[in-house]
Parts: sequence; structure tokens; C-alpha cells
Amino acid sequence: MSAPEGPLKRTPLNHVHRALGAKMVPFGGWDMPVQYSGILEEHRAVRTAAGLFDVSHMGEFEIAGPEALPALQRLITNDASRLAPGQVQYAALTYPNGTFVDDLTVYRVGPSQFMLTVNAANIEKDYAWVRGHLTGRATATNVSDETALIALQGPKAPEILQPLTPVNLGALKYYWFTSGRVGGLEARISRTGYTGEDGFEIYLPAVQAERLWNTLLERGKGVGLLPCGLGARDTLRLEAKMALYGNDIDDQHTVLEADLGWIVKWEKGEFLGREVLARQKAEGIARKLTGFEMVGRGIARSHYKIVKDGRPIGEVTSGGPAPFLGKAIGLGYVETAFSAIGTEFDILIREQPVRARVVPSPFYKRPKK
Amino acid sequence: MTNPEGLRYTREHEWIKVEGEKGRIGITHYAQDQLGDVVFVELPKKGRQLRQMEAFGAVESVKAVSDLYCPVSGEVVEVNSALEQKPELINQDPYGQGWMIVVKVRNAKELTALMSAQQYTSFLAQGAK
Repeated sequence: MSAPEGPLKRTPLNHVHRALGAKMVPFGGWDMPVQYSGILEEHRAVRTAAGLFDVSHMGEFEIAGPEALPALQRLITNDASRLAPGQVQYAALTYPNGTFVDDLTVYRVGPSQFMLTVNAANIEKDYAWVRGHLTGRATATNVSDETALIALQGPKAPEILQPLTPVNLGALKYYWFTSGRVGGLEARISRTGYTGEDGFEIYLPAVQAERLWNTLLERGKGVGLLPCGLGARDTLRLEAKMALYGNDIDDQHTVLEADLGWIVKWEKGEFLGREVLARQKAEGIARKLTGFEMVGRGIARSHYKIVKDGRPIGEVTSGGPAPFLGKAIGLGYVETAFSAIGTEFDILIREQPVRARVVPSPFYKRPKK
Repeated sequence: MTNPEGLRYTREHEWIKVEGEKGRIGITHYAQDQLGDVVFVELPKKGRQLRQMEAFGAVESVKAVSDLYCPVSGEVVEVNSALEQKPELINQDPYGQGWMIVVKVRNAKELTALMSAQQYTSFLAQGAK
């Protein structure tokens, strides 16, 4: 993942993280907290109570104009026309060869008004791409710098947030959003997240981020809410088998190879990459993003080679310990013949083969209420 | 956190405690703090012969992998098997229960090449990696 030149960018909460004693690291050109109390503790807090994440570094674009919908439809793989105002979907922005410009969430704000939330490291690239490929009477505006995003994730998220908002959170379903006041501040509350838990992502003006952060932290203290950094964000999303741009998805792999065929809606009309993807669907994919767990003793990590009887068959894209599951897991592209559940292969760890097995993924699914 | 007196230290943040003819070896408080939560340790088998500063294993945190270097030449005579189930001992007690291996010191003169606690403290203060 390439980072822009120059000094690291800071979110409006940078000084708050430092005051909390966070360990700061560069991420995609941003100075971000990787952990506060420790990755394992933060991970467990999200799975058993709640965690608070500053993800203000992410990008937001507003797509508007009378032809916003058809223009957007041509750029993404999913079908935005299925969205009612207030609804969200996960999608891919694709190149003509079916690989990823980025993965993103698409919010339908109104009949002809959308918000796109994109990865921090890709903001400039995505904005140039979208602007360069919009057709007809549609406009794109990059509102990333003015927009803060705070994620409250975990089973206790609703009970922490409800007293702070008149919005009836019980009526806000997963992958829906609404506008309302939180702690007295106007915000967009989205029932989405990158952890595999119930939770909310709260969009609000950057100048109000600190107030909201402190309000939530104070309110949640009594039920085990912890501030959480990018370290725990990564271990959580891996357990939930959510792709990370730069690791699992990029401009070298297609949406189908990434096992994301479910966000491709073939019947919705033309979109960039449709032809290549349709051909790939008909012919079959040669390699597939596959979830595995370690059987032997060791931890698989990005770029480790995958071998079968000594022959290279793929490479790990993401891997590490799964703190909640108590095992080591990973994702990697392997030759399709070896992607079936139960298949065993070896990961080369410091030149030694260590046994791994393909397992169903997501590795973790939150308990149904 | 002061670095314990009486130990010798490497530039790679291992410590060695001389116990008669043997040396008990682990990583420093600074090293475990830099790593974060330790989740995995790979250690050599008893009987392995090591040279000074030869890599003898690896310690892994959630996000990082770090090689371990032996402060002195010698034969591995003990390995801390508790670390397999409880790698977090390295974070909790790096100079005590987080010890990793014990070697039979082949040449005590090699210890002079290592740093004292004071020297290691200065080394860290100067922004050592």
C-alpha cells in the first residue's frame, strides 16, 4: 500500500489518542493509534462488551445530481437501485479488468443522493477515479476532510448509545442508517461496522468529533467500553473474514477471485469490469481467496508462501492470531483446486512447512440474539 | 522501568543472567513493550549449539515477528516450556518467568562484549533499535 508523500495526516482526535497513551503508527499516510491498553484486551472488549474506534481517516464522497444513480451504477458492481433511502450496501469500485479500485460502502441518502465511504489510503485515487468516470448529470464531492467517523462496536453498543440519542436504535436494522442527534450533536448513525459485531458507525462534522468521542467513552466506561486501535480493528475484521484493501483485495485480483461474487449484481446493467467478470464467471476462476486455520504450531502472515506437497500453490494475504477463537487463522489466494473446505496444505514459516486446513469462513459469527 | 543490575544486555534487546557455568536468557522490558502482546515463541531444542549472536528462535506478537539472538556461545541446556501455553509471561515478567533458554556458557570472555545495565539504559535513551 503506497502512502502519500509528506508529513502524516492527523484526524481531529489525534491529541486525544496521545493523551490516552495510545501507541501511534503511520497508516496509509495517517498518524493513527495502533493500540491503547493492548490488542488482545481491546479485541476481547469488542467481542464481550464494546470498543470505540476513531476511523475519521476514512474517506467520504457525496454523489448527487439528477443522474446520480445511473452514473454510480456504472462504477460499482452492486445494485444501488435496490437501496431505499436510509439503506447501505457493500460494493466494489472496479477497473475494466474486474480488479479493485477499492471496496466501499454505498449509502442511499435520497432518490438521487448517495454517500460513498472509502478506504483512507485510497481517498485521492478513488476520488480521481469517480470524478473521471461519472457520466451525465451527476457530481462527486470529496467531504472527507470535514467528516469525522467514530465506530462503536460490540454487544453493548446499543445500550451505550441509546441513552444518548432520541433515535430508536431498536428499529434501526443492520445495514441501515438514519440522521439524528447523539449527545446533542447532529450525526448520521449507521448500523454497520468492520468487526463482525453489532454496532454503529457515526458520521459527524470533524469539529465535533472530540465531544462525541468523550461523551461515548464516559457513557460506556461502566459497561467495559475501551478505546480500540487499528491493531484490534485488524484482528477483529480477520475473524469476521472482512477483506482489507492492500492485503486481500487490490488491483491484481478480480472481485470473483476475491470470493466476493455476492456483491456483483449481473442483471442491474452495465458497469466497468462487467464483461471481464462475466467471462470469468463462465470459465471459472484459477485462484480463489480462501480462509484457513493453522493445524501445526505457527502463525501465518502476509506474503508467506502456501505449498502443497512442496509445490507452491498460493500466498497468504492476511494472517495472524484470532484472539477470540484461540487459534491462528488466515486468508490467501490458492489454486482453486485446493480451496475446498477440509483441504490441507502447508504454510512456509521461516522456511519450514507448517500444516494448515481450509475452514468455513467467516471464522467467527456473532451469536444471534 | 530500570533494567536489572547484574545482567548483561545485547543491542538486540536480549539479556543474560550468569548462573555459575550457565546463562539464563530472555528479552528486555523494552523489547516486550515494543512488541506488544506476545502470542507465540519459537525456541530451540535442548542440545542445540549456538554461536554468539546467532539467531536461536523467534518471538511473535499480534502484529510483529522478531528474531531472537543468543548473547553468548554455548549449548542449550534448558528451554522454558511454560511459554508454549503462556507466551504472555514474556510481557508480564520478562526478567523472571518470561525467561526463554538456559545455555552452558562456552567462553565467559564473550560477556565483556555485552552491555551493562547502565550502558543498555544509555543505549535506549539514544534511540537504539
